[in-house]
Amino acid sequence: MRFIWLIPLLPAAGALVNGLFGIRWFSRTVSGLLACATMAGALGLSLWAFSELLGLPADARVHDVVLGHWIPPMALQTAHDIGMFQVPWQFRLDPLSGVMILVVTGVGFLIHVYSTAYMKDEAPGGYARFFSYLNLFCFFMLVLVLGANFLVMFVGWEGVGLCSYLLIGFWYEKKSASDAGKKAFITNRIGDWGFILGMFLVFFTFGTLDFRAVADAAGAMPIESAGFGVLSIICLTLFIGATGKSAQIPLHVWLPDAMEGPTPVSALIHAATMVTAGVYMVARNAVLFQHAPHVMQIVAIVGALTALMAATIGLVQNDIKRVLAYSTVSQLGYMFLATGVGAFAAGIFHLMTHAFFKALLFLGSGSVIHAMAGEQDMQKMGGLRKYMPVTFVTMMIGTLAIAGIPPLAGFFSKDEILYQSFLNNRFLWLIGAVTALLTAFYMFRLILLTFYGTYRGAPWARVAAPAAAMEAAAHGVRHPLDGQAQKDDHEVSHGAADVRAAGHAHAWHGPHESPRAMTVPLMALAVGAIVAGFLGIPQALKGANTIEHFLAPSFESHTAAAREAGAGAAAGAEHGPGAAAAEEGAHHLSTAGELGLMVLSVLIAVAGVLAARRFYFTHPELPDRLAARWRGAHALLFNKYYVDELYDATAIKGTVAGGRGLWTFDRVVIDGAVDGSGWLTRVSAWGSHMFDKHVVDGLVNLVGWIAEEGSFFVRRLQTGLVQNYALLMVVGVFAFLTLYLVAR
Amino acid sequence: MLSVIVFLPLAGALLVLAAGGRGDRHDREPLVRGLSLAVSLVTFAATLYLWWRFDPASADYQFVEQRAWLPAFGIQYLLGVDGISLFLVVLTGFLTPLALLSSWAAVHKSVKVFCFFLLALETALLGVFVAIDLFLFYLFWDAVLIPMYFLIGIWGYERRIYAAVKFILYTMAGSVLMLIAIIGLAWAYSAANGAPSFDLRELHTVTLPWAMQKWFFLAFALAFLIKVPLFPFHTWLPDAHVEAPTAGSVILAGVMLKMGTYGLLRFAFPLFPDAAHVFAPWIALLAVIGIIYGALVAMVQPDLKKLVAYSSVSHLGFVVLGLCAVNVQGVQGAVYQMVNHGVSTGALFMIVGMLSDRRHTRLISEFGGLKAVMPRLVAAFLLITLSSIALPGTNGFVGEFLILIGAFRWDPRLTACAATGVILSAVYMLWMFQRVNYGRVTNEKNRGLPDLNAREWGMMIPSAAVAIFMGVAPALFLRPMEPSIVRTIARIEGRMPATARASQPGLGARGRPASREPRATSDEPRATSHEPRAATSEPRATSCERRAAASDKKI
Repeated sequence: MRFIWLIPLLPAAGALVNGLFGIRWFSRTVSGLLACATMAGALGLSLWAFSELLGLPADARVHDVVLGHWIPPMALQTAHDIGMFQVPWQFRLDPLSGVMILVVTGVGFLIHVYSTAYMKDEAPGGYARFFSYLNLFCFFMLVLVLGANFLVMFVGWEGVGLCSYLLIGFWYEKKSASDAGKKAFITNRIGDWGFILGMFLVFFTFGTLDFRAVADAAGAMPIESAGFGVLSIICLTLFIGATGKSAQIPLHVWLPDAMEGPTPVSALIHAATMVTAGVYMVARNAVLFQHAPHVMQIVAIVGALTALMAATIGLVQNDIKRVLAYSTVSQLGYMFLATGVGAFAAGIFHLMTHAFFKALLFLGSGSVIHAMAGEQDMQKMGGLRKYMPVTFVTMMIGTLAIAGIPPLAGFFSKDEILYQSFLNNRFLWLIGAVTALLTAFYMFRLILLTFYGTYRGAPWARVAAPAAAMEAAAHGVRHPLDGQAQKDDHEVSHGAADVRAAGHAHAWHGPHESPRAMTVPLMALAVGAIVAGFLGIPQALKGANTIEHFLAPSFESHTAAAREAGAGAAAGAEHGPGAAAAEEGAHHLSTAGELGLMVLSVLIAVAGVLAARRFYFTHPELPDRLAARWRGAHALLFNKYYVDELYDATAIKGTVAGGRGLWTFDRVVIDGAVDGSGWLTRVSAWGSHMFDKHVVDGLVNLVGWIAEEGSFFVRRLQTGLVQNYALLMVVGVFAFLTLYLVAR
Repeated sequence: MLSVIVFLPLAGALLVLAAGGRGDRHDREPLVRGLSLAVSLVTFAATLYLWWRFDPASADYQFVEQRAWLPAFGIQYLLGVDGISLFLVVLTGFLTPLALLSSWAAVHKSVKVFCFFLLALETALLGVFVAIDLFLFYLFWDAVLIPMYFLIGIWGYERRIYAAVKFILYTMAGSVLMLIAIIGLAWAYSAANGAPSFDLRELHTVTLPWAMQKWFFLAFALAFLIKVPLFPFHTWLPDAHVEAPTAGSVILAGVMLKMGTYGLLRFAFPLFPDAAHVFAPWIALLAVIGIIYGALVAMVQPDLKKLVAYSSVSHLGFVVLGLCAVNVQGVQGAVYQMVNHGVSTGALFMIVGMLSDRRHTRLISEFGGLKAVMPRLVAAFLLITLSSIALPGTNGFVGEFLILIGAFRWDPRLTACAATGVILSAVYMLWMFQRVNYGRVTNEKNRGLPDLNAREWGMMIPSAAVAIFMGVAPALFLRPMEPSIVRTIARIEGRMPATARASQPGLGARGRPASREPRATSDEPRATSHEPRAATSEPRATSCERRAAASDKKI
């Protein structure tokens, strides 16, 4: 456990070497091996650290490693004392982060292996770049889960966002890909805004950013069941961060678009690990959230609504990856529903099982896309069962798991969530149950369309030429309703780029099973999807619910005083919603009731499966008739409730228009004032110039002029003729004499 | 030692002038360039040595040099460096060689004179940061304008004359007012002590009447805010940037803008604490407007340089906000962000310069798909972009986070608005990045552009390395800053208006009930404060918090 800091640093080293040298000099084999080796090392270390953690007594399962100071200590006034604002580079291994590092390194390693085959048609430089990004992602994800304080977690939090941005836009020549990457990053940033404010509030309330210290301090505070106190505001802002990262309403729009990235990326980042970071963060701050029951309600409602909304959209999508993307959004909603009703362990349990079966499903879909030379439209598939048996069987296992068929993993985790929400709020349970029905339906729709029935894709004899394959792919992916992308000449659509990855543009010999580097990870994940559930067999089934007991210490405060206060507060708030109520409720529902719920949820799942069978196997004409009959509803779902259009029309257009408006304002008003004052100065200068020239100088000239003109007149007198002078003299004498006489 | 650092570039500049020979001799160009680069590198090494020798535990001015200059007026030749100015000196030393390098491909007209002006500019800038005699400071402050005026006016682009004139007149207008205030301050000192002095350390002892403080503060602040530039005094900046040669933009954005924020922190706030106390909230409000305004306007710019220029308006808004918060985190973050902005925006201008050298245009629409053509340049571009949008792990994040946490302590609502700048910076930078680098090459002229050459590597590697290093190990920088910042804050806090002080029950905010949210602490004293402005809804620091914050470092 002393070496847990190596777990993130190994992939970081891999990323660095591949990024600095690999892009230029490494062959595909070398860079692929390097990346896989660092992940294998990280997995080995994680297993080692985890086994050591298991060896400790349950209440001592925590281990900290400080690597050094990041932000040095500085005094800062907080709400009730002077705190030291300091942030160490500190990693913490406890049951929660232990489970998470296993998920990240385990699934991450398998996906690295899978990618070595999936990406093999990239040029060596691109191949090394891909693995460099993928390794970098694992580094940040591990920093995120191992970070012992908010700010170190935030480093990982934004870092995975960066890697997501880079990997979604991996095929940067496609505009849709770079658009999707940008959208993901910016949507995440909106959430991060909340996260940052939450961090500030945490610091000013508790004087520390360390998770454990915060939990202890929060545990000693009363539960805010009456109104919105500071804890509620903290939790609300943190939850804004979580909605961004985990694609919950209203920030869910980026995740479906993120499918522009290569399929292994979708599996690792947008299904198994990164998108669950929000759930992890909420669970990490379980104590905080337990003290803010109103926010817990909000979390549960947002989770349930997201689950339902995404599932309904998933019903009608035709792109195999988009169905899985909406399914991911929906399952994330389940996890938030779990945390919202106080069942943090159930949320993390579902996170773990979901990581297995959803990664499996995504990788399976990648295998299908690979086999179909980049085709992603399920309407162009069908009957693939006989061509790719391994992919079919493993995907079937994943589908059964997500649909909640016992005894696969999804059944136990989903059932735990439904059970806990039933105790908390019957209405939330109802939403969850309906979503379960829909989930079983759309997943079996996917399986039936892809693997059953007759083959509907392009005949492979005619797809020999690359151009034809590209065209087929381009036509297949974009449904006419789906947008204008096709009109753009420069647009290379979705599938066509995967052609490059799948590499069958040159000679496609029809759908076929994928190479072993791809099928082996599928099989490993399938095993995980089967057995992971056994960690959490509920007591009603004579199980031990191992995972819940194992994780429990991570969800409570640790000092004795805080625990007592927390217990007291919990007892005091027994009528409030949240964890306390859930615990209270647990005693009210008998084992028989629990079993009844369980049977009910199995029945729901089976009903979904049967409905899908009727619609897409026995009566394949039904869906079209239904779509024609409920035209409006179908269009609404197909267009994802027009949320993207709404955001585009309001937020995006508004911001850009605002920017343009301000720019005009800047040029006309503000710069106008500057130039105007310059102009005024010049005008007044010109004015004074004119004044100077005509008035001041004019006066001077006037004097001169008068002198000149006057002298001209006087000069006339100087004729030089004596007679004139004599005459003037006589006149003058006469005049003076007259004057003298008259005056007298 | 400081004199050596300050005047080394000027001596080098004269040497370059001599070495260049008469007229515009192209055969001497390599010599001129090599020589000036060597001079700037030696200066940089000297600034690093200064950092090495700097005592991080002391709040005092170090390496002080004091000589009488014009004793009749109390004017001295007085230099010194403390934790606030140290890194600005190092930053100046760091950026000048890079600026020189960036000009190698672009400048072919009178290279000798160009290098002369750039090195002379470095002397003036260093002088601004180490002068602690106000008269000397003013001298350097205005001396900066002259080389920059010529750099823009001679080696600039099409509208260079307009930009140069606008730049010099706009900033002169502010600095003349400052000169009047400086003289007034010295006069006030002489009225109290019998003899005038321009020594900053002495001037701190003067207690000015409110009426005088108000006007002096406004004169100082106006000069500095124009320089920053804070909204709405910012319009000279985009013009100056767009028209300036790359080297000019690098120094302008990297160092010159910091003269304004440095001046606020060094002179305007501590010399006139009562006025600072009253006006800081208004300045902070302008700063927050500037953050959002700059980001929105940057978003729609068609010209790369203008985009970066408006992003500077936004980033410098953060710096000013941190200063106005007047607590250790805010101010430390502000000083840190000054250095960050120098590094990352300097590097952004260098990259724009590289693109402009290759394509002779800076219009975003002219580019597209560069990643396929110049992968290494784009990789460096990405790293600098990330530093500019403050991704954790890069330098920008540490600065912005400290500023925001400091400002949050002071006013949460205003800070929540300012934090939207974090979203907007991602919007405008990534959008620009996508349009320039992603997609397919649609413009034939972009095909076959050469990737980074050795000289450009030499500019990008230091910038990128510093950006990451400052993000991962900020302690190395923050520790030497802290004592000086703590003392400066104590100065600003030390002389509170008597009314505000009277209303404080001890150290105020302590010992509140646990459940109170921090915002409540800022609301309550606001109601009790007797100051007229405190009753308005205008966000402002309450004296209670400031007192408490001031007492922080005594622990």
